Parts: sequence; C-alpha cells; structure tokens
Amino acid sequence: MVKNKSLFGQIWDFLRVRKAWWMTPIIIMLILIGILIVFSQSSAVSPFIYALF
Amino acid sequence: MYILGISCYYHDSSAALLKNGKIVAAAEEERFTRKKHDNSFPINAAKFCLKSQGISIKDVDYVGFYEKPLLKFERMLSQHMQSFPKSLKTFLSSMPSWMNEKLRIMSPIRKKLKYQGDVLFIEHHMAHAASSFLVSPFKKAAILTVDGVGEWTTTTYGLGEDNNIELMKEIKFPHSLGLLYSTITAYLGFSVNNSEYKVMGLSPYGDMNPLTNKYYKKLQKVIDVKSDGSFKFDMSYFKFHYADRMPSKKLCQLLGSPVRKGESEVGQRHKDIAAALQMVLESIMTKILNHVHKVTNCENIVLAGGVALNSVYNGKILKNTPFKKIWIQPNATDGGTSIGVVSYIYNVILGKKRTFVLKDAFLGPGYSTETVKKFLDKNKIKYSTFKNDKELVDTTAKLLAESNVIGWFQGKMEWGPRALGSRSILSNPCNPEMQEILNLKVKHREKFRPFAPVVCEDDALKYFDCDKPVPEPTDYMLMVYPIFKEWRKKIPSVTHVDGSGRLQTIRRSQNKLYYDVIKKFGSHTSIPILVNTSFNIRGEPIVCTPHDAYKCMMGTGIDYVVMSNFLIKREDNQRDIWDSEKLAID
Repeated sequence: MVKNKSLFGQIWDFLRVRKAWWMTPIIIMLILIGILIVFSQSSAVSPFIYALF
Repeated sequence: MYILGISCYYHDSSAALLKNGKIVAAAEEERFTRKKHDNSFPINAAKFCLKSQGISIKDVDYVGFYEKPLLKFERMLSQHMQSFPKSLKTFLSSMPSWMNEKLRIMSPIRKKLKYQGDVLFIEHHMAHAASSFLVSPFKKAAILTVDGVGEWTTTTYGLGEDNNIELMKEIKFPHSLGLLYSTITAYLGFSVNNSEYKVMGLSPYGDMNPLTNKYYKKLQKVIDVKSDGSFKFDMSYFKFHYADRMPSKKLCQLLGSPVRKGESEVGQRHKDIAAALQMVLESIMTKILNHVHKVTNCENIVLAGGVALNSVYNGKILKNTPFKKIWIQPNATDGGTSIGVVSYIYNVILGKKRTFVLKDAFLGPGYSTETVKKFLDKNKIKYSTFKNDKELVDTTAKLLAESNVIGWFQGKMEWGPRALGSRSILSNPCNPEMQEILNLKVKHREKFRPFAPVVCEDDALKYFDCDKPVPEPTDYMLMVYPIFKEWRKKIPSVTHVDGSGRLQTIRRSQNKLYYDVIKKFGSHTSIPILVNTSFNIRGEPIVCTPHDAYKCMMGTGIDYVVMSNFLIKREDNQRDIWDSEKLAID
C-alpha cells in the first residue's frame, strides 16, 4: 500500500497519472492567490500588496 | 483491527467504526452539532465512535475517506472552465473552501483526529456500492448506485460477489437523476439536498397518468433516455453546472411559470409536476434495473445513493423488474458512505472475508439508565420510574391508545435519516385527527405529508400489500406499499392520498420494547400499528441526548417522553427555559 504523500506530491501524481496538465496553470494561479492573501494579512508586506492594486 | 471511515464537506457528514470486520458504531455529525445536514469535519461523530469502543485514535489501523478529492476538484475545474465566464461567480465562491479544507482533508485528519497513520481514499460511488453490498445479507448481488454526483460519476452499476465489487458502467456529471430531482425540487420551491422527499410525497396528489400529465411529456424533452436506461440531459434546461441555482429560464418556460416561492401555496400544477418527475424517475430507473439484471444475471439487487431513498419507487422495484430480492442500507445517501469506506478497506483492499450483516440501524450513541437519571435529577425534572419493562410497555401502550403523543427515547440512536424506534415520536394512527394533532403540537409539516406507520414484521402482510416475503429495507422505512383498502379508513393519519403507507416493519430481535409496545397497543385498539415520526422539531436534526429529547418535548406539544425506564410528563414540568419552539425553522 502506498504511503500518503504531501498535498503537492498528491497533486503532482494526479496530474501525471491523469495527464490533466490543463489544470496546472489554474492550480498555480490559485496557489499564488492563496499566498498573496496570506501575505497581505501581514503588516510588513501589506503596503506593497496594496500598491499593486 | 479498527478502521475509521469519514464522510464530509458536501452534506450529512458522518463517521463509522469497523472492528474486526463488524460495524460497531456509526453516526452523523448533525446529531452532535445540532445543525441539520451538517457538512463539517465529523470530529464529534468520530470521537463518539472511538469512545463507544473505549479506544483512542492510536488504536485505529486505517482511516478512510469517502471520495477522491483531487478527482472531484478536476471535475469542479472542468465544469467551471466549460461554462466560463457564466461560472465565474460560483468558481470564486467555491474555491476558498476547496483551498482551505476540501483539498487539504489530510490536515483535519492529522490535526483534529491526531491520526498519523495511512489514509485511504475510496471513490464516492464505490463507497456507496460497498456501503450497501458488503453489509447486505447477499453473497452475490447486482449493485446500482444513483445520486447527485460523486467525483465525476452520478450513476453506476456492477456486481458484488463475496468480498469483491466490480463496477461495470457509469454515467458521468452533469447527467444525473439525483440532480434532476433536486432541480425540480428547487423549481417547486423546496430546499435542495433536504426536501426531495417532500416532492416524492407530493407526487400522488398530481396526475400520475403519463398519458394525461402534460408535464410528463415536457420533462421528457429534458432527457434523452436510451432503451438500456442510460440518459443524457439537454443542459440548456439546467444551471447547476455553473450557477448557484438549478433550473434555467428555459426550464421555467417549459414548465410554464417561474420558480415557486417557498411559502406560497402549492397548487395543482406543482402537484402534477411532482407527479411527472416521479414518473420520469421511475421509468428511467426501471429501464436501468432491467438492463442491470440482463447484464449481471443476478436475482438480488442492492441500491445506494440518494435516489435509493425514493421509497415510493423502491416499493415497486420487485414488481417492475425481474429482481427477486432487494436490500438497501438505512443510510443510503452520502452520510452512509462512511460504512462503505470501512467495509471496502477491510473486505476488498485488505481481502478479508465478509462476516458481518447489518441487521438493524442502532449504531449511534446510547445512554444508560444511570446517565438518564442523573440528567433528570440534575435538572430537577419531575418523572416517574417504571418498575419493569412490562409496566413500561403497558403504560406506554395505554397512553398511546388514549391518543397522547409520546416521545420515545430508548437505546442506541438510529443510523440514517429515519427514526426507527430509538428516537421516535409515537402516536395513535386510528385517531382521524392525529395528523392534525401532530402537526399542531410538534411537526408543523405541510398538510400534504402523511405520517409513517410502524408495524410488527409478522403483522405487515395483514395490513400492507407488500412483496412477499417482506423485504428487509422496510425495516428502515425505505419502501412504500399500498395499504389494503379495508384498513385505510381505520388508520387515516398514516394513509397517503393514494392509499399507500411508508411503513416501517420491526422484528422483536431488533428492538424488543418497541415491538412489545406496538403489540400491546394492538391489544387495546385491535390494530397493532403506530404512527412513527422522527423525534425532533421542524428544522432540527433528530434528538440525540436526553437533553435534546427533553428540550424537544418542552418546546413542543409532546405529552410524555418515555426515556430509558422513566416517564416524564410535560405538564408536570416548567416550560420557560426549555421552550425551543420559537427557534424552529425549516
């Protein structure tokens, strides 16, 4: 039985096995937006984020 | 060996525990959190499962999850991309929950459950199939699963034999009988994933003749059905694949008016539409089942998925198809997949022989007499104590014969959406006013919905035109059968407009006290049948704890609660702080 991998490992295996490469840009975009949201909550970086928009 | 199954994040979260091949505990999260159809991570249900066996999460060998999240995520992205830009709004609203919890299911399993071992992900419809076949009494059976949608699949059939399941064919999203039923449910102004059974109950009031019901012909335009029962939707009639509402404008135009507003009157056309929907469903299901029989050449059928809760159709399956025996587990909808997960891991993945048959639905939390007494005393609740079971049975039956409404709280809670004699409200079906009394005092249901009868299994064939022998799913209130004409007027509150009843049969081996009360009631009234409806107020889950039960009684017009071996009379106790009636919503 295969041991559980990390989420990124699972996503990579999923994309590879199902050949669902079309999902890659969407997943990357969602991850980047997620990171942006997390970082924008930190006061040190928020002025730069606000400036971007 | 212990295996814990988890189902969550769609609707009706649940957890189930398997011990050495036997399902020993299972419960839905809503019963603990008191949020109807709660879809949050079932931490309370999981804790109950572990506590019931006196074990900790460290004793659990495997945890299983009821679907493959990445496969479902692929479907979500695909459906949004195909409908872009119409789907932008739902895409943006659904993504946070996917990024925060649904894709990261390992996180709550590790953090909330504190589980460090292997987690196995079972495909949704396989979990459904396993939840029915692997705990069924059949060595070999054809399997049909039909629901809204899993990852991609909406309908699948296959064959189960010993500890193997082979799913042979599938129909994929967006073509889904479950979603068709939900779409019309929404069109008729009822809530989706909750009130489909109301539409089923409404259907006999409509024109059930396919030749004269104009909506039947109209609904046929929506679906292309082949002779083997496979079907394809014309998606221009639907919006569920890209919006947060289900029927499209085109469907409203086809059916001749906009979506019914929730509290507006249910008219004849709504009843005819419900009837048309039920007929369309039955016609497709019969075609599918005939095809499944042809392919599998098996005389046993097991069903699972939300559509398997369509008890009106279930009661017709053995008459309309070549199948000879049927089995459906009491929690056939998504909530029930957690027992499928644990059974699949044990029997199929680990290859262990099947040694367990689900013979009753009493898998939930139970409370000892001591615990109940402590609760009553602590809250200064006035009660009387039965000397023995005989006195409990005699008194309860007498109170029921006098047309009192009784809250019945005994033993372990039921698994699944139906109250089956552990957390039930019981009353006298012979009283012609009982339906109105129950609605006035407790349930506040729509007038078109009758209550369900419970009858001892050995008496069922006297009153109900059931298949013979009486199929076991009737134990779980999953089959509707005609009531013989001579009895219909004698039990009016459980007789539907078409003369049918959604009966529950009970065997003494399943629930001795419940069985005895029904028999004793029969000795008072000559009819050993009771009204059995779920012990809850409108909009709330079925009561779980003594506190829930007492609060429910005091917030409603229930006359007595028989809790363990105590009798509590509402009038003897002060209502004020317990009055939850005003919170009732649907």
